[in-house]
Amino acid sequence: MSSTDLGMPTTAPDGVGFLRGSEPFPAAAHRALADTQLRRNLGHATRTIRAKRAGVVAEVPDWEELRRAGEAIKADTMARLPELLEQLEASVTARGGVVHWARDATEANAIVAGLVRDTGADEVVKVKSIATQEIGLNEALAEQGITATETDLAELIVQLSDDRPSHFLVPAIHRNRSEIRDIFLRAMPGVDPDLTDDPRRLAMAARAHLRRKFLSARVAISGANFAAADTGTISVVESEGNGRMCLTLPDTLITVMGVEKVVPRWSDMEVFLQLLPRSSTGERMNPYTSTWSGVTPGDGPQTFHLVLLDNGRSNVLASEDGRSALHCIRCSACLNVCPVYERTGGHAYGSVYPGPIGAVLSPQLTGISGPDDPNASLPYASSLCGACFDACPVRIDIPNLLVQQRAASIAAHRTPTAQDLAMRTVAAAMVSPGRFRAAERVLGLGRFAGRSGRIRFLPYPGSQWTSARDAPAPPAETFRQWWKRTRS
Amino acid sequence: MVEADALVSAREEVLARLRAARDAGAPRGGVPPTPREYRRVGALAAGSAEVVDRLEETVTEYRAVVFRAAGPGDVPAVLASVLEGVGSVVVPPGLPTTWTDGLAVTVRRDDPPLSVPELDGLDAVLTGASVAIADTGTLVLAAGEPDQGRRAITLVPDHHVCVVDAAAVVSSVPEALARLDPTRPLTFVSGPSATSDIELDRVEGVHGPRRLDVVLVGPPRA
Repeated sequence: MSSTDLGMPTTAPDGVGFLRGSEPFPAAAHRALADTQLRRNLGHATRTIRAKRAGVVAEVPDWEELRRAGEAIKADTMARLPELLEQLEASVTARGGVVHWARDATEANAIVAGLVRDTGADEVVKVKSIATQEIGLNEALAEQGITATETDLAELIVQLSDDRPSHFLVPAIHRNRSEIRDIFLRAMPGVDPDLTDDPRRLAMAARAHLRRKFLSARVAISGANFAAADTGTISVVESEGNGRMCLTLPDTLITVMGVEKVVPRWSDMEVFLQLLPRSSTGERMNPYTSTWSGVTPGDGPQTFHLVLLDNGRSNVLASEDGRSALHCIRCSACLNVCPVYERTGGHAYGSVYPGPIGAVLSPQLTGISGPDDPNASLPYASSLCGACFDACPVRIDIPNLLVQQRAASIAAHRTPTAQDLAMRTVAAAMVSPGRFRAAERVLGLGRFAGRSGRIRFLPYPGSQWTSARDAPAPPAETFRQWWKRTRS
Repeated sequence: MVEADALVSAREEVLARLRAARDAGAPRGGVPPTPREYRRVGALAAGSAEVVDRLEETVTEYRAVVFRAAGPGDVPAVLASVLEGVGSVVVPPGLPTTWTDGLAVTVRRDDPPLSVPELDGLDAVLTGASVAIADTGTLVLAAGEPDQGRRAITLVPDHHVCVVDAAAVVSSVPEALARLDPTRPLTFVSGPSATSDIELDRVEGVHGPRRLDVVLVGPPRA
């Protein structure tokens, strides 16, 4: 790093963490679409959650006012992010916490590994945290000989099956109950061999498996849903009680938080604690929300570390429109309503941030390195139907961001694509009426049309369009021909 | 990298990056003030018979079991029936002794604090609550309140009995937050421990207490 780079907004580094897949979205999606079990699981789960969300949102008369407040609080946060982080640091420090800053994934992993090593522990329990998945923390800890146990049920399913998360809220949404039973039977030590696929029995098995770990854990690692700058109050929103276990029983708590999770005031939680549960699990309120400020003598961990993570967020913040991707509160409503996500699932996106919000967040966090960058393909994983905007509790204009990120991905093309060439041809044809007339006459695309009047196949480069969808056949005569025939 | 690390701390560098980004991406025309046109006060008056009834409905929908006590004097009798068959219960240091004096249950006061294995060996926990939110069926426990105690005592035992006074019941989330002190640890509890992680179906009973009983103290049903 040269000195001129200091203080400039910076993308997340390559080679650490999980912000980028290994292949473009269309290739990964093709494989996902061929998996009929996956499509059944996703279809069932997303249908269930959409109905639940719609029901609990409809009973809130001021839902739109809450959304507008949430949007504005986040915009205000971004406009003074550095100041709010300094305020948060002072509040947390005043209450006995220790604040660390991490430029990127590598640095955050090193900080956390060092803090765990200092306690002498070689085992940690973890509350579900997408930020720690983003930076590949579990893998980095394993390299240091530290075992991290995921305690959220869905995360445990993913970890036991050596899988990757595919959804914010339910990382194992791609698994159904009988697959989960099989994973438990295979990978959970001491599990009842007569375990059935009754969800209640599966939850009990997870409880029994983790109970001893919780009661004896010395170090826990969490993420954060919100952090109020004025009081230093961190919030973790959860369902199972695994969060409470991790936040309450160990001696040391390490919280890894993306810098964008800060909110200005504790009182802002009155907005987000209404927006998040209804958008996320479709409940009026999730079973458990824990909040804490620093260290409380005689209650909970007596050592608290807060790691503030950049890892590309400064790059997102530097874009006037793009920064609204940082407003995301990770509810996953946009995933659940997205016709693309519903069919491909989260793995096809490569990044730990899947779905519509992931398609605009991941490329901005990593930057787009060129036309072959898998993240360059993500903004196209959308029909721009707009359902994601309608569902977003903080009104992120995801369709608009998708279009902008498409432009960014085009700009990253070093060599012209078929689309570029086609556009240049059109531009050349349209510079004069004479050229346009000539072009119209020679097009003659009608010969590829089937009986339906749709074109199902075109030769290259038109095949890039028709491989995915039909094209309408051009009419038998052009507008000019029609005008001449009927008006002259 | 090593050179840069030595020259500038991560803190200084992250803050410098964010300052540059804040300015580079600043919205033309500035950030409008936050519109707070949402309801700050809910439909039902705090402490009213109606708001307590609504709380009973929303708490019950989360499969917690609600009991009613007409007044503070009735609490011991209601608790005796709620805790019937329970062997041992932990209570916070400042829980009213009148609630537990007549109980046919081993009562362990968390003073001095019980160890985690000791808590794990107890059947139930009995506490008060700071605030309850009728719109969402939520009880809020504030750590360190005399009748609420440490967070661990309401977490490790498998059965939580929570006594909620009508005066603590509000309609909406904003009303509740206005009554709470964010500098002490808070636990918002909406029903027993649950998960939606298997096919997005809600299943009660994972790591937190699998049974939640709520005793509502106050006006009779409206």
